[in-house]
Amino acid sequence: MNKLVDKEIVAKKMPSRIIRNQVFKGLFFLSTLFGLLVLGVLFYRIITQGIGYLDLDFFQNFASRRPENAGIKAAIIGTIWLMVVVAPVSLILGVGTAIYLEEYAKKNKFTSFIKLNISNLAGVPSIVFGLLGLTIFVRALALERSVLAAGLTMSLLVLPVIIVASQEAIRSVSKELREASFAMGATKWQTVLKVVLPASIPGILTGGILALSRAIGETAPLIVIGIPMFVAFLPKTIMDTFTVLPMQIYNWTSRPQAEFQDVAAAGILVMLVLLILMNSIAVFIRNHFQKRY
Amino acid sequence: MPRGNDKEYSVQQMITEKRLKKKNHFNFEKIIPGLLLLTAVLSVLTTIGIVFTLIFETFIFFDRISIIEFFTNKKWYPFSATDASFGIMPLVVGTLKVTGIAAIVAVPIGLATAIYLSEYASEKARRIIKPILEVLAGIPTIVYGFFALTFVTPILKQLIPSLETFNALSPGIVVGIMITPMVASLSEDAMSSVPRSIREGAFALGATKLETTIKVILPAAVSGITASVVLALSRAIGETMIVSVAGGSTPNASFDVTSSIQTMTAYIVQVSTGDAGYQTTIYYSIYAVGMTLFLFTLFMNLFAQFITRKFKEEY
Amino acid sequence: MNVTVLRSQNEQDGITAKTHEEKEFVYKTTDLNLWYGSTHALKNVNLDLYENEVTAIIGPSGCGKSTYIKTLNRMIEMVPGVKTSGEIQYRGRNILDKSYGVEDLRTQVGMVFQKPNPFPKSIYENIAYGPKIHGIKNKKVLDEIVEKSLRGAAIWNEVKDRLKENAYGLSGGQQQRLCIARCLAIEPDVILMDEPTSALDPISTLKVEELIQELKNDFSIIIVTHNMQQAARISDRTAFFLSGEVVEYRDTTTIFSNPTDKRTEDYISGRFG
Repeated sequence: MNKLVDKEIVAKKMPSRIIRNQVFKGLFFLSTLFGLLVLGVLFYRIITQGIGYLDLDFFQNFASRRPENAGIKAAIIGTIWLMVVVAPVSLILGVGTAIYLEEYAKKNKFTSFIKLNISNLAGVPSIVFGLLGLTIFVRALALERSVLAAGLTMSLLVLPVIIVASQEAIRSVSKELREASFAMGATKWQTVLKVVLPASIPGILTGGILALSRAIGETAPLIVIGIPMFVAFLPKTIMDTFTVLPMQIYNWTSRPQAEFQDVAAAGILVMLVLLILMNSIAVFIRNHFQKRY
Repeated sequence: MPRGNDKEYSVQQMITEKRLKKKNHFNFEKIIPGLLLLTAVLSVLTTIGIVFTLIFETFIFFDRISIIEFFTNKKWYPFSATDASFGIMPLVVGTLKVTGIAAIVAVPIGLATAIYLSEYASEKARRIIKPILEVLAGIPTIVYGFFALTFVTPILKQLIPSLETFNALSPGIVVGIMITPMVASLSEDAMSSVPRSIREGAFALGATKLETTIKVILPAAVSGITASVVLALSRAIGETMIVSVAGGSTPNASFDVTSSIQTMTAYIVQVSTGDAGYQTTIYYSIYAVGMTLFLFTLFMNLFAQFITRKFKEEY
Repeated sequence: MNVTVLRSQNEQDGITAKTHEEKEFVYKTTDLNLWYGSTHALKNVNLDLYENEVTAIIGPSGCGKSTYIKTLNRMIEMVPGVKTSGEIQYRGRNILDKSYGVEDLRTQVGMVFQKPNPFPKSIYENIAYGPKIHGIKNKKVLDEIVEKSLRGAAIWNEVKDRLKENAYGLSGGQQQRLCIARCLAIEPDVILMDEPTSALDPISTLKVEELIQELKNDFSIIIVTHNMQQAARISDRTAFFLSGEVVEYRDTTTIFSNPTDKRTEDYISGRFG
């Protein structure tokens, strides 16, 4: 009988196929390592370069033309001010939108348009949000280069992140819990407020913190709306002008003196520590609460 | 139930009383959907705001500089007092150069990472590697810019002595590093959503992991992978700080990657940090450039959505 | 199903007919039809449910028994594309009428589900949830309601020392009794139970069954079950559903000992289902 499959050939080829599989597995693994390696180098560079400037003075001083006097006080306080605006505005708008889309919206063209719009908004470059902020908040609403103008611009920028995270969190609340509440005679809003939101808070908080950390690190929109980089005072109200960490770092990076590169590294170190702290909180919330529901 | 007196209380009765009292109250239940809808509409208003802002200011710009010059002139010298010219070509070329280099870095590394994570890595390895990639994706771009200028460029200079301090190569590579986690994680999602049964089918025939991946998994996940690459490149096009810090501010339409360039985003930054007055031609030019940038990324995002929806694999 | 016929039959059989005579209807279903899109899930259902009884609804999977019980508190409306015709009178008012507030109905008619579904809150908060959403905020009253409800569901002794702990720490059987207690907290008139023991082990099932027996003194209970022994053990009346129709509805003892319809006989003797 004529066999279509020659067992001998198959057997002969097998070792080389297995070797090839191993070689590629190694290649894939090395590629994965590349990302980790870059991260390691980046952190190593910035720590060694910036640690020397990290002292108490650095946190207490305002910006200065001399690197040894340069400090990050205005930028840290300014970043906190920015958060004071971004956190409530973006959370209220983002969670509200998510609740609407998941709990109230009917399945129609308008709803899918809103959804399409949100996913496109997520892909708009941050600098374009700066142009929006410049025209609407800074000029049209005459908010000038204030904490408020910057905060509103940043809120719109991170809005899609919060919406998507909140939607996922709300969607993951089981149907059974909603049914239990409705069966008790609860109204829709009571069910959302007392059952759905409490159960989805971990997911919403995680998304919120990630969105905030994005807002902390963004530079481009603030450059466009004209937030200054060299500030020697602190804002007193949300209508005052201010600066933030990445703006200050950008300013130091673009100075010609080599010493300022080290100051920039010190500033980056401060910002990264802040971000890692926030991310750890997010991861903690996620891991701590995920198991229970 | 002892309550101090003999009178049996009734929950239903209390509920009825409360309800009667509530009837006069302001009806929360009715206005909530409206309020929530308002927040949802705000995201639509944001898009409308962006589009109208860009269109409106861009029209003013095209009143002063003809749209034909904008698209055909090969020179971008907006700051020249005597002979200003506004041809966007050099900025687009600068942007595409950086994006191209980023793609060369990010696509192979991102895909290989995705394959490793989805097909080869143990559960434990995945649990360690994925958060680290998330950290990489969460690093602010200004940090990457600093890294490009003070670390990558000096190293590249040792390899290519003719490399200028500001160039396309270094920010291109770093933008590539920045978008690698995005390619990796979105592609991994696409690959891990290929059902186990399809994999088992290939393994049962004696295929190696590599053969299964290349001949079965990749083709099955191709639309998700393509979408991830398109989205990542759209991100690269809109990236601002890395190119502003390390790319320079010399618009040129050449394809040389070693000399100083300017991207669309870097130009907007240059104008914003400079002292161009309100309502000058230069002021309006950032909207025209912004509009071009917006259209580029919008079409790429729509395209990515289109392929994910059109070629959504049915398992 | 014609009730008068049924009643006279009961009299003939001489079984518990007298007690039934005195009882009132809680639900009176007339020509109920229900469609999921184009699927006709309930066909001309006529069924009268009595006060302070346990009525069991049995039948094979997909016979419409769950659909029917969910129509009784209009939870069925959560399924998109549902249409109904006919009438269900609860205490004399048609609940399918849109003017009947669904929240009002569900305040009177509690429900226990197939899978225990406590809220991810403390045991106390689970019980207090119903009273709270209906505006009862007085802490002392709430404390009393919680204790009374937990006692009513025969779980008080197991949880009284850990009322502040998360309900997810309870076992499956305890969770289900907690859900029953949650239901009792607003003192409903009727309790609907949709296969309440199908996710429980035999011992927990037994406890829930004993509980149901006690509860029927104060509440009218309608229970869907695919366990015929359970229906025989705990119910006073049984309705047999098949393909969306009521095939037979009568005294539990009669239906199990002497079914009139061939299909009922086949089902309860285990020939299908």
